[in-house]
Amino acid sequence: MRRADAIATVLARVRDEIVVSANGWISREACAASDRDANFYMLGSMGLAAPIALGVALAQPQRRVVVLDGDGNLLMTLGTLAMVVEQRPAGFLHVVLDNERYGSTGGQRSLSATVALDELARAAGYAHVRRASGADDLDDAVEELLRADGPAFLLVKVAPEAGGDAPRVPHEPEAIAERVRAALGASAAAGTHDLVRARAVLDAQAAATTPVP
Amino acid sequence: MTAANATLSFADRLLGAGFDFFTGVPDSTFKALFGEIERRPDDFGYVPAVSENVAVGVATGAYLGGRRPVIVMQNTGLALAINPLASLALIYRIPVLLLIGWRGHDGTDSPEHRVIGTSTLPLLESLKLPYFVPDRGSLDADLARAVAVMASERIPCALVCRPGVVA
Repeated sequence: MRRADAIATVLARVRDEIVVSANGWISREACAASDRDANFYMLGSMGLAAPIALGVALAQPQRRVVVLDGDGNLLMTLGTLAMVVEQRPAGFLHVVLDNERYGSTGGQRSLSATVALDELARAAGYAHVRRASGADDLDDAVEELLRADGPAFLLVKVAPEAGGDAPRVPHEPEAIAERVRAALGASAAAGTHDLVRARAVLDAQAAATTPVP
Repeated sequence: MTAANATLSFADRLLGAGFDFFTGVPDSTFKALFGEIERRPDDFGYVPAVSENVAVGVATGAYLGGRRPVIVMQNTGLALAINPLASLALIYRIPVLLLIGWRGHDGTDSPEHRVIGTSTLPLLESLKLPYFVPDRGSLDADLARAVAVMASERIPCALVCRPGVVA
């Protein structure tokens, strides 16, 4: 299975979930397959798709979150598996598209041909761990895990490719963040309002504070 | 009234200002704050991070979900967090408060802090990441200033705290 087809298969099952996609080809292919406001496309910061998704899941526990991660990405911040298990967000689906390559930089090998990432997730304590091969199996796994009490981990072995066909994500990073905040009911204006109010509280406290003689 | 305000802890000021999501990696500069976090975990919603790099990711996600995040770290961890500050928090405009303990600020700390100690402020300047360096008397006012910068610029702002500044 090609990575782009696996991504399209996952996104075809997604309804109102927030999707956080890893930088490089994964975000490009996610955007090409299904560009939606609730997709957070990472442009840089390799390794942080799962941490960002964890933050979303903790901020809004009622909202399901899907991570489209890569093998090189996950290996870069492997400790995140422990954080996910410690926090135990129920609506957290961690999909790893594993091509055993650094596909965005020319297809150099990663460590996942030797190290089984799903076994690491199982050892860390994810509530559900599955490995999918082929489009039907993947579709079945996503359908099941989106209803499961997570955190859930889904390893998808995909074809080794260097590069891809999808165009760059056309949105500016600020717009990507604002779209996702709006999808989560938290506008940029609301964020600014929170901080303006915070400053007023701090200023009032400072004004009311008399130095102790 | 004034007595009560005068005894508000730094932790209480953060909570009172509405910060409601804390993550990071412990630093002795903020030992008192971490004491409060461990005593009242529900108030702080603290998520222990495995690295300061990862903490920037978690705080970003929390902000996207409508929370008001704070990241606590030592300046050694700022070095780890440079990439996500540059390619995530600054460009996506995530207004997160950074509380950075400043080891090695005067050249008298242990050897591992010497280089990062003298590089801490230049690193922030080269990122164009606004910061304040409070002393004990200006901590509360600098916190208010940092929040004002976050509100107007919608980017991260740092309080770089020498040991002993935060009681």
